[in-house]
Amino acid sequence: MNVTFPHRALPWLLLLPQLAVTAIFFLWPAEKAVEQAFYQEDAFGLSREFVGLENFIDLLTDPYYYESIVVTLIFSFSVAFLGIAVALALAIMANRVIKAQLFYQTLLIWPYAVAPALAGVIWWIMFDPSIGPVAQWLKFWGIQWNHYLNSTDAMILVVIAATWKQISYNFLFFLAGLQAVPKSLIEAAAIDGASPIKRFWTIVFPLLSPTTFFLLVVNLVYAFFDTFGIIDATTGGGPGQSTKIMVYKVFDDGFIGLDLGSSAAQSVILMGIVGIMTVIQFRFIERKVQY
Amino acid sequence: MIENRPWLTVLSHIILLLGVCAVALPIWIALVASTHTPEAFVQGVIPLWFGDHGAETWGKVLFSAAGNGVDVPVWFMMMNSLIMALAIAFGKIAISIISAYAIVFFRFPMRSLCFWIIFMTLMLPVEVRIMPTYQVISDLSLLNSYTGLALPLIASATATFLFRQSFLTIPGELVEAARIDGAGPWRFFFDILLPMSRTNIAALFVILFIYGWNQYLWPLLITTDDAYFTLVMSIKRMVSVADGAIEWNSVMATTMLAMLPPVIVVVGMQKLFVKGLVDSEK
Repeated sequence: MNVTFPHRALPWLLLLPQLAVTAIFFLWPAEKAVEQAFYQEDAFGLSREFVGLENFIDLLTDPYYYESIVVTLIFSFSVAFLGIAVALALAIMANRVIKAQLFYQTLLIWPYAVAPALAGVIWWIMFDPSIGPVAQWLKFWGIQWNHYLNSTDAMILVVIAATWKQISYNFLFFLAGLQAVPKSLIEAAAIDGASPIKRFWTIVFPLLSPTTFFLLVVNLVYAFFDTFGIIDATTGGGPGQSTKIMVYKVFDDGFIGLDLGSSAAQSVILMGIVGIMTVIQFRFIERKVQY
Repeated sequence: MIENRPWLTVLSHIILLLGVCAVALPIWIALVASTHTPEAFVQGVIPLWFGDHGAETWGKVLFSAAGNGVDVPVWFMMMNSLIMALAIAFGKIAISIISAYAIVFFRFPMRSLCFWIIFMTLMLPVEVRIMPTYQVISDLSLLNSYTGLALPLIASATATFLFRQSFLTIPGELVEAARIDGAGPWRFFFDILLPMSRTNIAALFVILFIYGWNQYLWPLLITTDDAYFTLVMSIKRMVSVADGAIEWNSVMATTMLAMLPPVIVVVGMQKLFVKGLVDSEK
């Protein structure tokens, strides 16, 4: 944009609301988090002392923190992988049935609107050991299900709930990606006698790889930060530490454990991770524009 | 269709229908569960077909106090959720459209610094900096208020980016023509820019309404007064009782009511929703 309005004060006036909200609710808390990460505060906030990097050192030597990292990685990659695989399969099928496409799309996208906490609760009732139909069905096949006591079961439960919510999002992006694949390429391959499966793996899938990579990053960010409600409403991080993802631990240590220094140090680490992921996402988008 | 393979088309429909069923199954169970009496669950598994206590449960949940420390009924919390969702949606759209306008159509010192400050907020979801943000709200004595519920969630770089991208595609000739015709910045904004951004605003509104309605952790932390409880967060209170004492029928009716408004918005405004979703990620 070369043509602009010659005003000096007006742009500041227009920017003021957003800058004010950003400063008060983003920069100030972020600065507070960084500051607190270097202090040890008692639970009542009466006194505090500067401890340098001690909070970070404590964290990095804390086996619970490592467990939380491992749990987060298992959870996020399971959600991302499952969500992408299921959505891709559904999108490929939906791309084949042109006439009924909108019908299926409508019936597949609505879970996006369901709050994570609610998704957690309805999957909990499905899998509840005493009343859940799925738990009963598993019992019929000789599998004892109890996500209250068994950590693997608890992890599977939160992964299913989180994936269920994310399929709609991935589906829409894959469908858009599939529709952008040039028909002429597919036709040429079909004339050369390539089967639908071969055409998918040699033409469609490689052309979809930018979409897939983009969705991988978005899904990981989603699993890292937006699934708090699922964990809190269903397992509460338990049994033991088995579903305590890092975002949940920040909350748990800060508000329940009242260990402000440690919670702040974890916030700072998480901010670093979000920063890195945002940069990856943006670099990727820049690259896609040049395609 | 490249070639005619009827079996493949049939297979596609089967897989899609399976997908649709798998996605809808939990809602079916939740709906069925809400039509039975609490006693039905004591005896064993949730029945797979509707009971005849649906109207009773839904009526009770909607109009009488939710219980377990929540003294307000569901319709009241729905109003709170609605106020919060609308405040977030309108607030975000309003402040981000004017700040994008300032960044694109004006030249002033520190313009790119302002842009970067806004950009940084992309990296700070509220869950990550939850403790210090809570302290800030408490310092400003905004706990238990609509302002406290909505304001911290209003600043977001995504909406500003979306408007910035679309403003950048507006040809300079249009601005020039408007200026020659004597239109000042305000007139240009209201008579040209706003009408041009109608679809973008509507698409963004759909996404932000869902975002606002579905907030969970933030209202959970900053409201201790029933008068400000939102519906999604109240679920946590309803299931935080001893195992076996959970009134699943009421919980499920509440869950259905809590997901209904955003689901209606998504299905009813599907086109705008898809546009908003795809645009706000680019």
